[in-house]
Amino acid sequence: MIENVPVTSTDVDGTPSASDRPFDRASPRPRPDTLAATGAVLAAWWLALRRWAIRAARTAARIWGESLQLRVAVTTLIVSGAVVLIVGLFLVDQISEGVLKAKRTAAIGQVDSAMTSARMALGDTSFADVQGVANAVTNLKSELALNGTDAGLYRVVIKADAAPEALSDVFDTDPIPVALTGLVEQGRAAVQYGRVRSSNGPLVPGLIVGEPIQSRGGLFQIYYLFPLNAEQDTIALVQRTVLLAGLGLVLFVAMIAVLVTRQVVGPVRVAARTAARVAGGDLSQRIRVRGSDDIARLGQAFNEMAASLQQQIQRLEQLSRLQRRFTSDVSHELRTPLTTIRMASEVLHARRGDFPPQLARSAELLQTELDRFEMLLADLLEISRYDAGVARLEPDDIDLRSVVTRVVDANRILAGRHGCEIVTHLPDDGVSVEIDSRRIERILRNLVGNALDHGDGRPVVVTVASSDDAAAVTVRDHGVGLRPGEAGFVFDRFWRGDPSRSRLTGGTGLGLAISLEDARLHGGWLEAWGERGVGAQFRLTLPRRVGQPLSSSPLPLEPADAVGSSS
Amino acid sequence: MKPRVLVVDDDSALAEMLGIVLRADGFEPAFVPDGNRAVTAFRESKPDIVLLDLMLPGLSGLDVCRAIRAESGVPIIMLTAKSDTVDIVLGLESGADDYVVKPFKPKELVARMRARLRHHDDIASESLTIGPPDSPVSIDVPGHQVRRDGSPIALTPLEFDLLVALARKPRQVFTREVLLEQVWGYRHAADTRLVNVHVQRLRSKVERDPEKPEIVLTVRGVGYKAGPP
Repeated sequence: MIENVPVTSTDVDGTPSASDRPFDRASPRPRPDTLAATGAVLAAWWLALRRWAIRAARTAARIWGESLQLRVAVTTLIVSGAVVLIVGLFLVDQISEGVLKAKRTAAIGQVDSAMTSARMALGDTSFADVQGVANAVTNLKSELALNGTDAGLYRVVIKADAAPEALSDVFDTDPIPVALTGLVEQGRAAVQYGRVRSSNGPLVPGLIVGEPIQSRGGLFQIYYLFPLNAEQDTIALVQRTVLLAGLGLVLFVAMIAVLVTRQVVGPVRVAARTAARVAGGDLSQRIRVRGSDDIARLGQAFNEMAASLQQQIQRLEQLSRLQRRFTSDVSHELRTPLTTIRMASEVLHARRGDFPPQLARSAELLQTELDRFEMLLADLLEISRYDAGVARLEPDDIDLRSVVTRVVDANRILAGRHGCEIVTHLPDDGVSVEIDSRRIERILRNLVGNALDHGDGRPVVVTVASSDDAAAVTVRDHGVGLRPGEAGFVFDRFWRGDPSRSRLTGGTGLGLAISLEDARLHGGWLEAWGERGVGAQFRLTLPRRVGQPLSSSPLPLEPADAVGSSS
Repeated sequence: MKPRVLVVDDDSALAEMLGIVLRADGFEPAFVPDGNRAVTAFRESKPDIVLLDLMLPGLSGLDVCRAIRAESGVPIIMLTAKSDTVDIVLGLESGADDYVVKPFKPKELVARMRARLRHHDDIASESLTIGPPDSPVSIDVPGHQVRRDGSPIALTPLEFDLLVALARKPRQVFTREVLLEQVWGYRHAADTRLVNVHVQRLRSKVERDPEKPEIVLTVRGVGYKAGPP
């Protein structure tokens, strides 16, 4: 009857392990100042390390986020690695168990047959007959040593605790695990894995089977030591094979993943590059499509999209060209007859004194309405020029003050008609600005005309100021001002602040819209501020040099005398 | 004697109306409706001034302008329906002295024409010299003659007026606006490109190297002045 001892793999030698030794802490204590210095160095290192780690993590995260291929490869590697690891462990476990089980069965069979002769040899011995016991044991040993090879080579160790001192040479002193001897001493057979010495060789893992033999003299313990080198070698081979095969498999799977994603990612990257080129304006870019798989369908769909985009844009370009031509043609076609009408009207108007009153008035109306019509036509053409994107800037180096003075002087008569005064605040030094004077003059004319229109006869203040990279003009009136939110609408086409107000200047409703476009063409700002009952202020800010970006204006949008009145 | 005007315009209504207005203002108009016949008509009628529509059937207004300018310095005023920058600059560069944009007021047109026909009744002999001492430009004002290094330079009346205006006050800087008023007769601010284009044309005739002017100098941010005598 053999019992399995739950304890396995005991160190037969029983040497104390190094970890049991008391730890030697004899190093001297560092002094406080070096401690502080060391602390500082350590802290610096720690910071540097942390910075490096953060940077490395960021770089890794960026690469991870950017490369689908890397992501797929790594994920595949991890998953297939885990699967291969589990399968490999299971395989190695199963094979080792099978190998050891076979060994044990064979060993136990061997022991059973050997025990018969052992019992016969030792069963009747008595420790009183020292020579007899010695002979019996020696004989048995040689007999057993010759015996059986099914379970491979083994050594026999015979012990007898009760044997007299004289017999000590006969019995073996090989150390046997205590757990095993304990069982055998109680008269029970047992099996245990442990370390065994095969015929004076090194200690190797082995299987120890212990059997008691009750003789008349006392209890003999017979241990059969089966070295497991061969089995260990087999298992190691299996482990190596499984490990190598697993590694190979994992790499192979990862490679397959990389190849597969490459087939998908490659065309996707080509598509992305092509899309970027199309977005950059090269509408003729297409993807080369091969086959009819999903990727090819993606390419096809992309190409169709690009083609339709190209078609649409070409159509729009053509429309825009037509629109521009149309604008130009309308301009010419309308203007020639209008010139004739204008001249005819002038002739009639000049002679209206000779006409009966009704005819004379008609001639006058014809004349004034023609003026309005012309202005409206000119503004419409101007704004359609902006809409068509054909407006061109013709900048010149000009003193902004001279433009302002010219506009203000030209508006003096109108101001007189409004009973209004125009006050100018000009800097003493020249404000040289790169501007298209025709357009800036038009803006200022509009702003001043507007201020006179809505100024309720109170003074209109025109201020010029400049900084290193910007120049600004504000036109301020003290009239009705604007309702909250209206400052956003004043530049809309045909927007009227108060439809009931009479308009002496007879604006077309396009003036401020055109002014805004004029300002934008210069890369400048045109903004409005207004408050009910306080007045309104328009601010034109221009870069000193064409193409310079604006960051701030030398003049505030909200006039100084109005700040605080809003609260 | 009434000044003769050649009107080159394909729109018969406008031409007729122009005729009415011009006759009322004391001109003697002649008409030609297309570009191909314009140059022949110009040679036959020998006008004192030409009104030229830019959009013409046959030879374009620009070509007509160049053809007339090639054989005469007679004032040319463009009638243009296009206020677009490019057209106006093209017109001025092909030799037109001035332009009016349709729809124009008759008074405006007549004022432009009178400014170009203004007679310089400078009886007193006036001679001006400007430019570098080694190669000065001498101007005989009543004789309408400009010479450089002894050889005469052919200038149109407008270019001549521009040069004289600058040369009469050699140290003064003229803004474009002042030149527009003195030379073109604009009382209100007008298109300063007129000045720019004609200064370029003038330079191309009188300067040794138009890229490095010595006679008509640019004063950056202000305007122009005559080179030192």
